[in-house]
Amino acid sequence: MVKKLLTLFITFAKIGAMTFGGGLTMLPLLTKEVVEKKKWATEEQLLNYYAVGQCTPGIIAVNTATFIGYYQAGLIGGIVATVGMVTPSLIIIIAITAALQQFMDYPVVASALMGIRAVVCALLSHTVITLSRKSLVDIVTAMLFIIGIVLSFVLDVTPILVVVVGAVIGVAVNKVREVRKK
Amino acid sequence: MTFLYLFYEFFKIGLFAVGGGPATIPFLYDLAASDYGWFNQKQLADMIAISESTPGPIGVNMATYAGFNAGYKELGMGGGILGGIIATTGLVVPAIIVIVIIAKFLKSFSDNKYVKSAFYGIRPTVAALVLSAVYGIIAQTFYQDGAFAYEVIIIALIVFALMFIKKLKNLHPAFWLVLGAVAGIVLKL
Repeated sequence: MVKKLLTLFITFAKIGAMTFGGGLTMLPLLTKEVVEKKKWATEEQLLNYYAVGQCTPGIIAVNTATFIGYYQAGLIGGIVATVGMVTPSLIIIIAITAALQQFMDYPVVASALMGIRAVVCALLSHTVITLSRKSLVDIVTAMLFIIGIVLSFVLDVTPILVVVVGAVIGVAVNKVREVRKK
Repeated sequence: MTFLYLFYEFFKIGLFAVGGGPATIPFLYDLAASDYGWFNQKQLADMIAISESTPGPIGVNMATYAGFNAGYKELGMGGGILGGIIATTGLVVPAIIVIVIIAKFLKSFSDNKYVKSAFYGIRPTVAALVLSAVYGIIAQTFYQDGAFAYEVIIIALIVFALMFIKKLKNLHPAFWLVLGAVAGIVLKL
């Protein structure tokens, strides 16, 4: 059992340390390690975990790690896999942030950060375009998009409430559609 | 006390940010505007840059970064490390609970029509949330100290346009971020 947990930890720490970007960018390495090497899941199962991870709360990579760890060694396995996944992030980010606190005031660092912020704006704009393309599939989702903007932007409502409103309207609309069909 | 609030706030994010990394941005934006003073909206852009260009899931990286900043402000280096760990723990605990519950009846969950309907409605609102947070970040970056930062705007527009080119589309974000850093240094922004 201890050996199994150790293997889980090391495998997911490796994946966490070697992938940049999370989400889908992690899939090739996950497939190699989890499906091909360790045979903890079939490729189809892995894709299922991914799909569920995408539509449940939390970080997709963490959700997938929890799934695999849980099926291998129960609750403790899920926790150990997740801890493995986040440990490299913790170490790397803390080191970088600590260093940054020391160098933030150097003019060169400040200039570089300003250029980086400009690029972040461009990257984020593309993220918004991708997200919108995937989620705006019909008139109802387009309306929900507008409602979301009004709530968050104009009325400054907490994001939690906006997500809940989306869920409730989604269920209600599909219920009405179902009734109409009959 | 700060650490308790850190855990609580990131637990909330972990529970309500559906759709991974980008979905946490609106919550972090909200947090930056709050009275906690852990980080401001300008730092959020740095957080995103660092999270995108270092290994690991972006959402986890951002939680660590935010937690570090919050703890560092309070207690220096030791507080920073503790803050990073606590924020990340807060972020993943709800996910572990939810996934373990779902893992018991995986198939019926992903096929459930109510679950499907809920996410049909959630996805566009998440896109809207991310859009308004991104608008805020862009406004902060483009308009600084009472004036438009023209060089910054031009760099952003050029990169935004280049990313539509097919061959450049799949380049890693880190490539563009390094490019931005070089441009910033050369132009002495």
